[in-house]
Amino acid sequence: MGRLILEHTLQGHKGRIWGVAWHPKGNSFASCGEDKAIRIWSQSGNTWTTKTILSDGHKRTIREVRWSPCGEYLASASFDATTAIWSKHECNATLEGHENEVKSVSWSQSGGLLATCSRDKSVWIWEVAGDDEFECAAVLNAHTQDVKRVVWHPSKEILASASYDNTIKMYAESALDSDWDCTATLSSHTSTVWSIDFEADGERLVSCSDDTTLKIWRAYHPGNEAGIATPDKTTVWKCVCTVAGQHSRAVYDVSWCKLTGLIASACGDDGIRIFKESSDSKRDEPTFELLTAEESAHEQDVNAVEWNPVTAGQLISCSDDGTIKIWKLQE
Amino acid sequence: MLSYIKRKLSESDSGATGSNSNNSNTTAAELVRKTSEMSLDNGIIAYGEDALLHELGYRNATDLQETIYDLLRTIRDPEKPCTLEDLNVIYEDGIFVMPPTRSNVSVVRIEFNPTVPHCSLATLIGLCIRIKVERGLPHNIKLDIYIKKGAHQTEEEINKQINDKERIAAAMENPNLCELVENCIKDEE
Repeated sequence: MGRLILEHTLQGHKGRIWGVAWHPKGNSFASCGEDKAIRIWSQSGNTWTTKTILSDGHKRTIREVRWSPCGEYLASASFDATTAIWSKHECNATLEGHENEVKSVSWSQSGGLLATCSRDKSVWIWEVAGDDEFECAAVLNAHTQDVKRVVWHPSKEILASASYDNTIKMYAESALDSDWDCTATLSSHTSTVWSIDFEADGERLVSCSDDTTLKIWRAYHPGNEAGIATPDKTTVWKCVCTVAGQHSRAVYDVSWCKLTGLIASACGDDGIRIFKESSDSKRDEPTFELLTAEESAHEQDVNAVEWNPVTAGQLISCSDDGTIKIWKLQE
Repeated sequence: MLSYIKRKLSESDSGATGSNSNNSNTTAAELVRKTSEMSLDNGIIAYGEDALLHELGYRNATDLQETIYDLLRTIRDPEKPCTLEDLNVIYEDGIFVMPPTRSNVSVVRIEFNPTVPHCSLATLIGLCIRIKVERGLPHNIKLDIYIKKGAHQTEEEINKQINDKERIAAAMENPNLCELVENCIKDEE
């Protein structure tokens, strides 16, 4: 079937590591955690080493880091209620506005928009006005609880957010008044939705939850062949598949590989699992099979996983055990 | 305390264990899950994960249960000059050793009983319980902490909050909250 081969175990951070993010070129990555530092790693010879440490940007845990699509900028979301923008190892800008912990940050595909979310229940959209200038374009208060994750659509200016209120919401700019509105609410999970990721073409989304399941959602546009009603001519997102019984504790992250279509999950039971769509999967009723499971991928909770955007089958993970691991999927 | 130190010593001896092949782990976990399903009604659960407990230095599930109770009983109430044991907020029967994860890590469920159903400090007590156990045990453990069923008006809300690791991490970075927790869990000299 398939097997995850551990290529490298990297140490450097002190304590829990919350996030890892591949550089768009796939030859370096950034990591962050409770030690309030960002480390940038690159391959040197046969191993990966820390090339740069960005500290002094945040006063509390750094929850997530994300590279801009051009690879020039790095954004970091912190429990200190700020989001920092880094360029060439310097902090260019600090975005303030959230009342408390910022949980996630995401760049739109064009790099022109940035989204952040917080325990204050709001999602903010920022317009990139210049190298170090960010203007708040919208404050969205659609969720009723802590917002855990924001992720932009891979090609369109559509934003998705996942929350402690058990739902996922979609947002788009209205053509009429150019206001940002919540256009869809995706309800099916029975507990906190920790993370979401779009498929390469943006027509499907995978979500993972404290309820120990993964769910696959499909976009049904106005006039769709399946005959799904689209009130107000707005795209409807339907849960078309639930992967249950594979994870034994909360699932903290999912990554949908844009190159291979494989889904990787990071779980609170210390495991990493890889799912593949079945060959006889139906469009409106898809099925996903467990390709391989690494039950003891880390010694503690796995907090994040991400597929390399360039090297197919290379996966990175980080954990409460203070390590980062690089894996190679052998199919 | 002596048994705790002994356990710590024996743990360092057996550092290289736990690298069993995935297959045998899965089968063992499967077996444990089945056994546990059968014995859920018995209250105190004792079944085939003894190997894991022995490896960690415990005689059996009751030994782990007692060790955790020993850690918790001295936690001080945030308001009253009493311990959680004095107030019956925690009790030995509220500590359940559950089937381990597939990665073979112990899972323990701790139930507590707030003194009043509108107790505003239930979240803080939940936090104290988690931090005390995580710091006190010399090995990894997965903790699920719950309010005794029916013992609090906003039971579900609190349960969700005190089991959200991100909220817990952020709470412990809040200097005021952290100080409250440290005061409740520090050992009496």
